[in-house]
Amino acid sequence: MKVRILVSFKESVLDPQGQTVKNALLTLGYQSVKDVRQGKVFEIELAGLSEAEAGRVVPEMANKVLANPIIEKFTWQILKDGKKG
Amino acid sequence: MIDLKLLADHNLTSDECGRIVELIGREPNITELGIFSTMWSEHCSYKSSRVFLRRLPTKGKYVIQGPGENAGVIDIGGGLAVVFKIESHNHPSFLEPFQGAATGAGGILRDIFTMGARPIALLDSLRFGPLEDPKNRAIMEGVVSGISSYGNSIGVPTVGGEVYFQEGYARNPLVNVFCLGLARKDKIFYAKAEGVGNPVLYVGSKTGRDGIHGATMASAEFGKETEQKRPNVQVGDPFKEKLLLEACLEVMDRGLIIGIQDMGAAGLTCSTTEMAAKAGNGIAIDLDLVPQREEGMTPYEIMLSESQERMLLVCSRENLAEVQGVFAKWDLDAVNIGEVVAGGQIRVSWQGETVVDVPVSAVVDLCPAYTRPSRRPAGQPATDVPKAPPPPARLSEALLKIMADPTIADKTWVYRQYDHMVQTNTVLLPGADAAVLRIKGRKKALAMTLDGNSLYCQIDPRAGGRIAVAEACRNLACVGARPVGVTNCLNFGNPEKPEVMWQFEEVIDGLAEACRAFGIPVTGGNVSFYNDTEGASIYPTPVLGVVGMIRDVGRVVSLGFRKDGDVIVLLGETGEEIGGSQYLRIIHGRETGPAPALDLAREKKVQEVCIAAIERGLVRSAHDVSDGGLAVCIAESCIQSPGKLGCTLDLKEDIRDDALLFGESQSRIVVSLGRSRLPGLRKLAARKKVNLGVIGRVGGRDVVVRRAGREIVRVPVERLRSAWEETLPRAFSVR
Amino acid sequence: MKFGVVVFPGSNCDSDTFHVLKSVFRQPTTYLWHKDHDLRGVDCVVLPGGFSYGDYLRSGAIAKFSPLMREVREFASHGGLVLGICNGFQVLLELGLLPGATLRNKNLKFLCEPVHLRVENAQTRFSTKAASRQILRIPIAHFDGNYFAPPEQLRELEKNRQVVFRYVDERGRATAAANVNGSAANIAGIVNREGNVLGMMPHPERASEALLGSEDGRVVFESLIQSGKSLPRRRETP
Repeated sequence: MKVRILVSFKESVLDPQGQTVKNALLTLGYQSVKDVRQGKVFEIELAGLSEAEAGRVVPEMANKVLANPIIEKFTWQILKDGKKG
Repeated sequence: MIDLKLLADHNLTSDECGRIVELIGREPNITELGIFSTMWSEHCSYKSSRVFLRRLPTKGKYVIQGPGENAGVIDIGGGLAVVFKIESHNHPSFLEPFQGAATGAGGILRDIFTMGARPIALLDSLRFGPLEDPKNRAIMEGVVSGISSYGNSIGVPTVGGEVYFQEGYARNPLVNVFCLGLARKDKIFYAKAEGVGNPVLYVGSKTGRDGIHGATMASAEFGKETEQKRPNVQVGDPFKEKLLLEACLEVMDRGLIIGIQDMGAAGLTCSTTEMAAKAGNGIAIDLDLVPQREEGMTPYEIMLSESQERMLLVCSRENLAEVQGVFAKWDLDAVNIGEVVAGGQIRVSWQGETVVDVPVSAVVDLCPAYTRPSRRPAGQPATDVPKAPPPPARLSEALLKIMADPTIADKTWVYRQYDHMVQTNTVLLPGADAAVLRIKGRKKALAMTLDGNSLYCQIDPRAGGRIAVAEACRNLACVGARPVGVTNCLNFGNPEKPEVMWQFEEVIDGLAEACRAFGIPVTGGNVSFYNDTEGASIYPTPVLGVVGMIRDVGRVVSLGFRKDGDVIVLLGETGEEIGGSQYLRIIHGRETGPAPALDLAREKKVQEVCIAAIERGLVRSAHDVSDGGLAVCIAESCIQSPGKLGCTLDLKEDIRDDALLFGESQSRIVVSLGRSRLPGLRKLAARKKVNLGVIGRVGGRDVVVRRAGREIVRVPVERLRSAWEETLPRAFSVR
Repeated sequence: MKFGVVVFPGSNCDSDTFHVLKSVFRQPTTYLWHKDHDLRGVDCVVLPGGFSYGDYLRSGAIAKFSPLMREVREFASHGGLVLGICNGFQVLLELGLLPGATLRNKNLKFLCEPVHLRVENAQTRFSTKAASRQILRIPIAHFDGNYFAPPEQLRELEKNRQVVFRYVDERGRATAAANVNGSAANIAGIVNREGNVLGMMPHPERASEALLGSEDGRVVFESLIQSGKSLPRRRETP
């Protein structure tokens, strides 16, 4: 199964890269843009795990390795056949 | 089977195809065609330049290795040698500035450590279109970030370089990267596949589809369809390269390998054939053994891939396991993919079939060399000089305007993005006339600089070639270094245009003459042709990397004035020459000549006096007069003085004010010293018959210039500093 | 005092740090390979600067899983001295041996330049040779030097005098302009509560020889060596 994990900065952390992207979009005329937060996407292919097991393992991997809990938060989902699960 | 379209796609002429058929006795298959296409491209074969490059002096008492290997090697005494070279990555940097520049740095680094030297310095020469255009700013930002990210990550300091702006580079930016490494002179390694039966090892990153035909792309102009060529640019992994560097240096240090070559342009194709050719052997490899990171790669793709961070090496069968052990320690693949064979063929198998079987010499040595037609363009070099425009009324304002011009202005914005201190050898930081690196545990030190004034070369290529060498050596002299070797990167337009070939020939002749006068050998370099867009060529742009030796690192001086009350002395003479100057370009909008005159013998003597003065501890600062002339030289010495000291000059030459201040007469160096040292300096200058003039004193907070008692310039140093410092940050500030 | 310089894949400043300790300060010094499990009886472990694992994922994020870090953690928990410089500091943050994290520099560019630091706490074993409020000129070279900690954490650091170095201008004022990377409270270096683990973004090993422009970095090493003299000779760990 494939899982997708999105890691981004916590609200309290200043995201200058997000700000830079926001300014670029505004400069190009997309006035409706109110805010931009930049993050990372990890797509991990897992083998031999049930959905319940994935539900335990993935947050563990995210907390231990993929995200720094001091400054980052994450969400994740199982992708079924490349489509959202 | 092979039609003209296929040939055209491969950048081969039908004549070249005929030659290939002659050499191998049959028509090449598609993989073999790909191999010839890339190895016979301009970038790999130097077919348009070889005959002219032979005119450069390459021999010298201290040359251990001249042109023809991955880099040049010069003996610097004490059992040590320096390994250095300059390379261009121009076309990829236009398509994808970040990766183009990054992989350019990666490539030249590999060229150095593949010879057994630990890279200790990078310098870069960058040329972009004017900063008003956001496209040019984007390219510059990408290029600087790219070099920065690669060099910093791998831990090699970028210690100097130059940045120029001119319209001609807008769609043909130039990215020339120079690298120097230090090695034990008895531990230099070459790209030779010696010993029939010895295993051939592939080490480093897996092979993917990136950069296929990168070499061919560098051998063609940009046109309207250029955007589609995007996938041709390789992506670099500096972390991988750092591991590769450490692993390679370790196996070399332990004497475990026989020959090694990095996989750069034309990847596996180039490394296998060149290593075999240099040893007079053949080579046989099995593509099924090549580590691949993509599925279903064809032999064509595997042979031509320019995936980065890969090396090919040859060792003895006894050492194979140990070599693989070292690479495993650094978490790198090291796969035995074939062996050295007798007979001189390159034989490549894939899925049980032979897919390539051609003589190595046909691929490497027998590419035709062209003496392309060369024709001097009408009216060149200009002997009929247009009347010089009247000098501006407000010379102080002119000076401020010149100081603020991007080509002259402070480049801190660029080099603060480079780690210029890692390895803790950097004695003079970027911004000095030349970079100075200490050699730990030794008194002597290394100096290096990149120089090349393309405007002079456009006006008068031969003069420009001579001046490029003189200026580089002059920069070295200002830190007390004597030149020992040169590497050159020759950036030109389309060689199929006779005017471009004329420029090329003339520049080479100028370089050769000056190198001979200074007694410095050319140890290798790079030629980048086809820097045209839709028929418009760049100015001829030779970039010289000159390396020098300093006898005592404790005596090094820099360009800033040091002490209030010091005397300011000009070594050399100022003529009435505003042709080809930055002043003429910036204030009057003209890029006309004539180029300043250069007397090589006199230039040498001026430099020798400067070096001798520094070695004897007579002077406290030294700065060469070049872009922007005397006024800019003085202004920079004030701005860079600790305490931002001003100065007062009293000049006496009976020439136009603007020529006096901004003319770029050659062979001039400005030094400052304590009054008590003046007699000693006079004696040195008299011995060499070098003109010495006391032109002023350090002091105050302003730059003041008087001519025959009349004040012609007065600007506070603070105003000069802010004009000079603010240009680049302002250009790149977020809008 | 015996020093150990840890080498990760991608460390760049390991040999610079080794050179300063061994050739300039003439202390017994050894390299410690990240895959080993042996600290070789050193009195002080130094995590040097560089780009361990290419700074991929996050600076120091992968290095923290290196086998040797288990020993380093234990060594620190028993009061062993640990100095983390630049990337080394980032590894200590990821390991949780020091509080907080580092973010990208506020101007989103790599910065290599000399900065001024004020010594905020001259009583740690890394700073005893400095005077309180002394100004040091030491270079930085980093892309992600922007120190971050949640507000309560920052208050704790100040309360416990764990801030050892702060970015200031040449007159010693902790201004916004002096804070080139945007670090919270201009923090350049901190020590743990127990006082045996210090991390700093600037590079003292680049400011320990007059030839290179500044000797102000010497105080860190001199303080460590000094503190070593009052330590009983440590036994080899089994």
